[in-house]
Amino acid sequence: MRLSRSAKSVLGVLTALVLLFIYGPLLLVVVNSFNADRTFGWPPKGFTLEWWGRAFESEGVRQALMASLGVAVVSTAVSLVLGTLLSLALQRYKFFGRDVVNLLVILPIALPGIVTGIALNNMFTTILGVSLSMWTVIIAHATFCMVTVFNNVIARLRRMNGGLEEASFDLGAGVFTTFRLVTFPQLRSALLAGGLLAFALSFDEIIVTTFTIGAGETTLPIWILQNLFRPNQAPVVNVVAVVLILVSIVPIWLAQRLSADSVGVGAGRDGAGRAAKATAG
Amino acid sequence: MSQTVLGGDRAATPSGTAEVPAIRLRNLVKRFGETAAVDGVDLDIRQGEFFSMLGPSGSGKTTVLRLIAGFDLPTSGTIELEGRDVSGMAPFQRDVNTVFQDYALFPHMSLLDNVAYGLRVRGMAKQERRERAVEALDRVQLGKFVTRRPAQLSGGQRQRVALARALVVEPKVLLLDEPLGALDLKLRQQMQLELKELQRSLGITFIFVTHDQEEALTMSDRIGVFNNGKIAQTGTAHEIYRRPTGPFVANFVGTSNLFGADAAGRLYGRGGQFVVRPERLAIGWDGATPSDDGVTAVRGTVASVVYVGHATQVHVALEGGPAVVVLVGADLPGADDDLLGRSVAVSWADRDAVWLPDAA
Repeated sequence: MRLSRSAKSVLGVLTALVLLFIYGPLLLVVVNSFNADRTFGWPPKGFTLEWWGRAFESEGVRQALMASLGVAVVSTAVSLVLGTLLSLALQRYKFFGRDVVNLLVILPIALPGIVTGIALNNMFTTILGVSLSMWTVIIAHATFCMVTVFNNVIARLRRMNGGLEEASFDLGAGVFTTFRLVTFPQLRSALLAGGLLAFALSFDEIIVTTFTIGAGETTLPIWILQNLFRPNQAPVVNVVAVVLILVSIVPIWLAQRLSADSVGVGAGRDGAGRAAKATAG
Repeated sequence: MSQTVLGGDRAATPSGTAEVPAIRLRNLVKRFGETAAVDGVDLDIRQGEFFSMLGPSGSGKTTVLRLIAGFDLPTSGTIELEGRDVSGMAPFQRDVNTVFQDYALFPHMSLLDNVAYGLRVRGMAKQERRERAVEALDRVQLGKFVTRRPAQLSGGQRQRVALARALVVEPKVLLLDEPLGALDLKLRQQMQLELKELQRSLGITFIFVTHDQEEALTMSDRIGVFNNGKIAQTGTAHEIYRRPTGPFVANFVGTSNLFGADAAGRLYGRGGQFVVRPERLAIGWDGATPSDDGVTAVRGTVASVVYVGHATQVHVALEGGPAVVVLVGADLPGADDDLLGRSVAVSWADRDAVWLPDAA
């Protein structure tokens, strides 16, 4: 499609405005984490690493960070296993209700976090009688992290030449050897992309976490929420926010580079939507 | 050697190994839902034979190959490999290997690893399997490309790798599923010769699926012609071409001029149908009918003239039917336009008329 010069410049300006509107506030958080003025006056008065130092020394921040990393790693691992098994089942076999199962698997990522949170909270506390802990958070996160893995793997399986596995069987390899030597290497980059997205989703999740976390425990986003309105903690909150931004953005960027072809539009958009929701919360 | 011969009358092989067919199919049926892709196939393929399954797409030939390989399980019937029933076995339990139509080379492995794969999963030591794989690649003239990936090869080279990968594990039977379909004509003809030569030197049974009748005729010891999930005829290339047992085989393998019951009654005073190959028909441009013994001649009108390079196909509408194709090797006695509509005589030796069995 050919555009006139004026149309091009109008679109360019609009794009710049939208991007500025999205990333300006984020940039402000980054700048303020180095701002010497404790009340964050604008323009910044000077450069300091004091807040970063304070954040690293803070026991609460360190514990929250470790908790967030732990939850993200374990729920990503669970998602990788379940998401791969699900996509293999739904791609390879035809069975009654396959389309329904497919929809039910993808749905959790579109459900409002607050609904998922309340529902899981009820399930854990009143029906199962389990006390809330990091494990309940992990299970809750896995319900929607699984979707990114599932989307990536099933997209790869659809494009994969089914004859490769037949060739492997034909040459004498059994089912497990074939998975290890042929199927898995074909899926590797899709698994990495799906896993990184899942990690990013879990790491900055707050709504579902709020309803499923045990008393007295915190993840990084929860720590921010709890300390946001304590005046003497405000500078450290900025630092933690920057860490959160970095740890969330890098995996998504990597995942996109790894699988420009295999991350479905759905996965990308839903992931960003969930991330946006989490940040807004 | 004499020991083996003496041991030959063990109970398992009462009449000697040579007479146990490499593959024996008995009343093989495969249904997909309502449709029967394979509808009662009985077939014996001898050891060391180059056997082609020839047929149009959808005739069931590829399904039979997949049943032999074990990728699909038959709805009913049995498959025996050297006298052993393998009907229900998984592909990795059967001593047959396949060269796939799209080659199905592992894209994440080098040629060496691709070819060594079958040896690796059998637990052969690394050093030995590498040596064997290099040897196998040498045999198909790809010895210098061992570290390359399949994506870096041309179609013909991939085809050779697929062949080496299947042969390195020394299968009893090699299945080839239209392996030359993706190659251009020149390369295909070269590979046909190489395959035939390879099969002769290895002595392995080859089962070759193709829809190209010329390919089947040039390469095969025997051909099975498939139609609608059944075998229409089995025989040598010569038998199939010279003595087709039905109108389907007569038309699918080469071109045939089919004369129906009415023409048969008029010309020979008997019932049934017969066919005459285009190259067995002669054309008399002056319209005079020869009156030699054992020659039949019919008048007709030239309907069209098609130049095909090595010869010309002249389509002639015979008086009283049918329309026939005559293959003329010599130069034509005039321009195409002058010949169209001309009254000519078409004749053939009676021994070249092949009578089809009534039932077909």
